[in-house]
Amino acid sequence: MERSKSTSTAVRRRELLAGAAMLLFSATTVRAATIAAQLPWTPNAGNPPPRMKLGSWEFFTGEEGRTMEALADRIIPVDSETPGGKNSGCAVFVDRQLAGPYGRQEGLYTRPPFQTGAKNQGHQSEKGPAQEYREGLAALDRACKGEFGKSFADLSDNDKDAVLKGLESGEVKLQGVEGKSFFAQIVRDVQMGFFADPIYGGNRDMVAWKMIGYPGARYNYLDWIGRHNERFPLPPVSMTGSAQWTR
Amino acid sequence: MARRLPKKDVVIVGFGWTGAIMANELTDEGLEVIAIERGPWRDAPTDFPPSYMQDELRYRVRHELFLRPDQLTFSFRNRMNETALPIRSWGAFMPPNGVGGGGVHWNAEMWRFLPSDFVLRTHLTERYGASFLPGDMTIQDWGITYDELEPFYDRFEYLCGTSGTAGNLKGKLQEGGNPFEGPRSRPYPTPAQAQPFSHTLFGKAARELGYKPFPQPSGNLSQAYTNPLGLRLGPCTYCGFCEWFGCSNYSKASPQTTILPYLVRKPNFALRDKSEVVRINLDRSGKRATGVTFVDSSGEEWEQQADLVILSAYALFNVQLLLHSNIGRPYEPISNTGVVGRNYTHQTVSTVNGFFDNKKFNFNPFIGSGSIGMCIDEFNGDNFDHGPHGFVGGGYVGQVQTGARPIESTLVPPGTPKWGADWKKAVKENYLSTVKPGSGVHGSFYAYRDIYLDLDPAYRDRFGRPLMRITMDLKENEIKQNKFLTDKFAEIIKAMGAEKLAVQYRKAPYDITVYQTTHLNGGAVMGTDPKTSVLNRYLQSWDVPNLFVLGASAFPQNPGYNPTLTVGALAFWAADAIRNQYLRNPGRLVDA
Repeated sequence: MERSKSTSTAVRRRELLAGAAMLLFSATTVRAATIAAQLPWTPNAGNPPPRMKLGSWEFFTGEEGRTMEALADRIIPVDSETPGGKNSGCAVFVDRQLAGPYGRQEGLYTRPPFQTGAKNQGHQSEKGPAQEYREGLAALDRACKGEFGKSFADLSDNDKDAVLKGLESGEVKLQGVEGKSFFAQIVRDVQMGFFADPIYGGNRDMVAWKMIGYPGARYNYLDWIGRHNERFPLPPVSMTGSAQWTR
Repeated sequence: MARRLPKKDVVIVGFGWTGAIMANELTDEGLEVIAIERGPWRDAPTDFPPSYMQDELRYRVRHELFLRPDQLTFSFRNRMNETALPIRSWGAFMPPNGVGGGGVHWNAEMWRFLPSDFVLRTHLTERYGASFLPGDMTIQDWGITYDELEPFYDRFEYLCGTSGTAGNLKGKLQEGGNPFEGPRSRPYPTPAQAQPFSHTLFGKAARELGYKPFPQPSGNLSQAYTNPLGLRLGPCTYCGFCEWFGCSNYSKASPQTTILPYLVRKPNFALRDKSEVVRINLDRSGKRATGVTFVDSSGEEWEQQADLVILSAYALFNVQLLLHSNIGRPYEPISNTGVVGRNYTHQTVSTVNGFFDNKKFNFNPFIGSGSIGMCIDEFNGDNFDHGPHGFVGGGYVGQVQTGARPIESTLVPPGTPKWGADWKKAVKENYLSTVKPGSGVHGSFYAYRDIYLDLDPAYRDRFGRPLMRITMDLKENEIKQNKFLTDKFAEIIKAMGAEKLAVQYRKAPYDITVYQTTHLNGGAVMGTDPKTSVLNRYLQSWDVPNLFVLGASAFPQNPGYNPTLTVGALAFWAADAIRNQYLRNPGRLVDA
């Protein structure tokens, strides 16, 4: 609708006149834009990504957040040069993703009937990722309490790794949750947060990009296309430009 | 009851490459043209500017520029005796949405098909005998030849400013180009793109193995270019964000960069966005289209009447709209009758990732473009003797890595754990020294009797219409072809100096969750016989002569190349037939 206002052009006027008789009988006009005579453009009409809100968990409970941070730190352990999953913000990334459209399966086809199919027919559950995390993290803690008398976050690193390897191989089962695929999803989401733009909460200060040598949201390598087998010298930039802005 | 809009000469359904080409051609003829597009208007300043376009999470992972499955999806199964389930989240392919269609977020590889591809059944039968082909394979000739299409290939290449090195100029082979390509009437409009380190290394290794490597033809331009409509494109900056992304830099050929600024100024053109055509309307005879019915974003239904209907949506949506409009007889594989939904195909792609010594190799893999690359064509189509191999078809292979966006491109050598300290260390050590060609093996996908499209009995869309059902699997012929090509490809990657290889063959069953390409084809194929084709050689419906159906849905089977150049050339070819034949004498252009 915004656009049809900005394109009140000869063609549009003529079309409206031609259609005026018809429009008199109708209370509404077509609710989509008509583009004619010029390309649509309005000032400040960009669609930048929303800035992630800092602060407390948006989706996780405090206990879930603690479990998620512990998971992130085993999937991406700290080393002498690069922070682990927790301090690089991967749990925050997952939290914000689950609180947003991804967690709710927004935009996906969610009509019934839900039937179990073959793996190559894709995800067929009515539950979205948010609900799967809620149930999965609870089931993980139940399993750890049953086995060790402690929740996952309180286990030693060795015990945590043993549980995760068991989930990965299918030897450790979770109650009411398919542990193997749930763990694969956690690994995927945590690593995604590590490598995504810091604007989404992970990859804090672009630690992952510095680690691998990815220069980030740059956009012109014309000077470098022909320089073969030379290390690109510039540090990474994020969509917000400076590392200072994303702290 | 749909409200009726003023009648136009032409209504165009779907506004990507083919819709834009046809609109420009028919407005030149003085016709009043209205185009109707399901998705929104899109352009670089607002939707993918350089300030936030390089967002792998938003555009690649979360599919920002694509259709949402809740608006429309398909159901899928491998075989006829299985229950199809809905594709709830996109995987194997990515249906486009919005003005510019797939032309906005494509990689812009611009390949011509081989002359023999257009006469495939005749050619293979003559060379190998009919019994060489699998019994259930339903490949057929296109009804058009390479030589007939050549002027239109040329027009689309010059519209886009395509960057490349000619291999065959009017029958004379050219050093550095593809020696297998059909004769072209003039050189590419702009020289080939520059190549990064690993791509160059692939070319060198291939040459040393006796092949004739050449740069992939590219719609990301090597230099500034002014096209025949007076529109200007800038040189590509090799940012590495093409496929899944829009180009911020006006360097990638798209309807937005090569047609729309010119077209939109014409007083006899208009475009409605956010309006989904739900039906092509027929008169009582069922042999003439009266226009279309569409639903706007508020849910209101409208009728747009027109003398000529151009169906130019994405391949699958073309077929679906024909089925929903009861145009053409639906294909039925058991009785082998009907045509709409028949000869549905995809692309048989695979890859080999190469891991190199990071002390000797730094590829800066993030430097790239969607259609950069060095390729060989020795194993495409029928460029080699298939006799000893027991399969037909083939494809190009090449180092066609488009960049190294870090969520997708942090690979680790085979045998590395998927998480933990060893994984992290391996990621760090391998990112800059890994070759990840993407669809480096780009094989053909031939047609079969039991691979097809029809309407699903159980699942419905937001309007309550049946979803279209995909029945699709990989056959022995394609699996053999892929094994052969992938092994050849692996030899070259190894010869580049890779220490470790991850060889990833394409295998059955066909997997709807794993991205392959968005090159879906067929279902409304062109041909010479109404019993085996929906369209005649001019892409005109056999049943409804004032309906033309553009796009890869017209491919009788899929050769071993990316489809878009042929899709665009066929749109110019059909436009030419409309302008020079149909408008003078509206009716069937070919007698059946």
